[in-house]
Amino acid sequence: MNDRVARMQSGTAPHESPRIASGLHAGAHPVNLLDIKNLSVRFGDASAVPVVDGLDLHVDKGEVLAIVGESGSGKSVTMMALMGLIEAPGRVSADSLQFDGTDMLRLKGKQRRHIVGKDLAMVFQDPMTSLNPSFTVGFQIEEVLREHLGLKGKAARQRALELLEKVEIPAAASRLDAYPHQLSGGMSQRVAIAMAIAGEPKLLIADEPTTALDVTIQAQIMDLLLNLQREQNMGLVLITHDLAVVAETAQRVCVMYAGQAVEVGSVPELFDAPAHPYTEALLKAIPEHSLGAKRLATLPGIVPGRYDRPQGCLLSPRCPYAQPRCSEQRPTLDPHPRGAVRCFFPLNLNAEVAR
Amino acid sequence: MLSFIARRLGLLIPTFFGVTLLTFALIRLIPGDPVEVMMGERRVDPQMHAEAMERLGLNKPLYAQYLDYIGDLAQGDLGESLRTRTSVWSEFLTLFPATLELSLAALLFAGTLGLTAGVIAALKRGSLFDHGVMGIALTGYSMPIFWWGLLLIMFFSVNLGWTPVSGRIDLLYDIPPVTGFMLIDSLLSDEEGAFVDALQHLILPAVVLGTIPLAVIARMTRSAMLEVLREDYVRTARAKGLSPARVVFVHGLRNALIPVLTVFGLQVGALLAGAVLTETIFSWPGIGKWLIESIGARDYPVVQNGILLIACLVILVNFVVDILYGLANPRIRHQR
Repeated sequence: MNDRVARMQSGTAPHESPRIASGLHAGAHPVNLLDIKNLSVRFGDASAVPVVDGLDLHVDKGEVLAIVGESGSGKSVTMMALMGLIEAPGRVSADSLQFDGTDMLRLKGKQRRHIVGKDLAMVFQDPMTSLNPSFTVGFQIEEVLREHLGLKGKAARQRALELLEKVEIPAAASRLDAYPHQLSGGMSQRVAIAMAIAGEPKLLIADEPTTALDVTIQAQIMDLLLNLQREQNMGLVLITHDLAVVAETAQRVCVMYAGQAVEVGSVPELFDAPAHPYTEALLKAIPEHSLGAKRLATLPGIVPGRYDRPQGCLLSPRCPYAQPRCSEQRPTLDPHPRGAVRCFFPLNLNAEVAR
Repeated sequence: MLSFIARRLGLLIPTFFGVTLLTFALIRLIPGDPVEVMMGERRVDPQMHAEAMERLGLNKPLYAQYLDYIGDLAQGDLGESLRTRTSVWSEFLTLFPATLELSLAALLFAGTLGLTAGVIAALKRGSLFDHGVMGIALTGYSMPIFWWGLLLIMFFSVNLGWTPVSGRIDLLYDIPPVTGFMLIDSLLSDEEGAFVDALQHLILPAVVLGTIPLAVIARMTRSAMLEVLREDYVRTARAKGLSPARVVFVHGLRNALIPVLTVFGLQVGALLAGAVLTETIFSWPGIGKWLIESIGARDYPVVQNGILLIACLVILVNFVVDILYGLANPRIRHQR
């Protein structure tokens, strides 16, 4: 056990890229659409506990990346920071926030707004509150077309209609003049998606796009998103709680805990052989994995709050594998052959995984 | 929309009766009667008093007087003033434009300044501007109109001599009433400098009358705006890459206006109540001053019907606001 740890510590060979290798692009020159390095978001001054803590993340062109983690782990805040939606007293700092060759962090208002909403778009969690109740569906879609594509009048309306058809809204023409309160949740989310893809984005961020919807509608919306992603070869960042959705849709996954990425890996491998105890616990907590058991497998305790952050590994108070070292030192996110993990004693690293 | 309007109209009838009953009773609860006031301070000869009361129909039992009153109203007869012997309706028509002009000026002042200050305070929440504006608004709201009016007169009219003390226009000018609005009439007349003079006369009373609505609108706009800016759809608007101005004024203010509009409508009632005091302080020849004088003279028909007309006006304005509310808020419009 111990020499495995030692190997991990010195494991970063000099020829390896410091960027967390996805494994999928080994050898080939990766086409990075999004490259986030050392992103931190704090609410308050520099001494405030970071909500997102030194996060590295990258998305390739046309790739589906899932970010999973429980509520408050910083999934949404990360993407809001990228979109420039964090408002005072929130403070965003990063070594770089590269999107499509531009560092979003260095952009000023107007330049940023040329990208946000066009090349970089977002769909939010609750469609019923995400649309403006005072304006028609058509107005809200046409607004994007006018702002980013310069479409006006009939042309904008025609395009808005096409977008509504693209997101499979029945009787699209009559929906253009509908107000959000006249639409169901699923319909509203389709409208929100139409708005997001109006600028033909290169990267679409979907922040728990199905959480607020009926179970029957959830699958439809996921299918729609993935179809659009394939058709337009968009990058898609899918923020979700639902590991089943991740397994079906994503190519890579980033597991977050208390503002840190704890494990990054490709989808089948990460599910087959989780390296981080937290990932393992998440997978165990899927009800289907506890068939026959009386109780669902859970981790005791809760995510550390602002004032009770452990000195060492953030998971250490809850971790079934915790050693003395875990509560003294904080581990870093280190690459390994199949991904990267933030743990002194990673699991399953030597497991045989069918590739 | 039509059934919405019909329902609102149906509510007017009980309100209307309530107002007639209330004014009828209230004015008769005040000690003294019109005859006593007319005859002056000396002891009134009981015989003459009784004759005069009978002539005015005031000797009948109260219910009979009320029925007479309602009967007259039903025929569209608002009666005539006991003092001037002119019809209440024609007096109202002559004086009302003055009050309307003052109220509109006050609303314009309160609306523009209140909305602007409220929006800026919300955007700069917690700043010195925010605290300053809200502090001033609270002070303005708590300020008794008559005292605030006197303070302004003392400072701007007496000490600085910037504005006239009272009235609508200097006696030097002879402005023929065309619209009843002094600002417009003075422009229509050939008198030089009349418009500026009318404007100077209007400013102080409008500021005094507009102070309370200003405070209410500013505070309401701020809180509505703060609430709206936290909404998910504002975040969506920002995620669309819209300019901050568009996010705030189109996506934010449009929704924040809905509660502000309601307050605006309610303020019209407060405005007419405030006009009574403001007009008295500034000797503004409007219906406020007219009513105060009529109450002093126990001029029953003027008080009853003057207040009734004002009540109708308030009801009408609120009715219009209700309809505007439906226009501003699609969720209300589509309610069945």
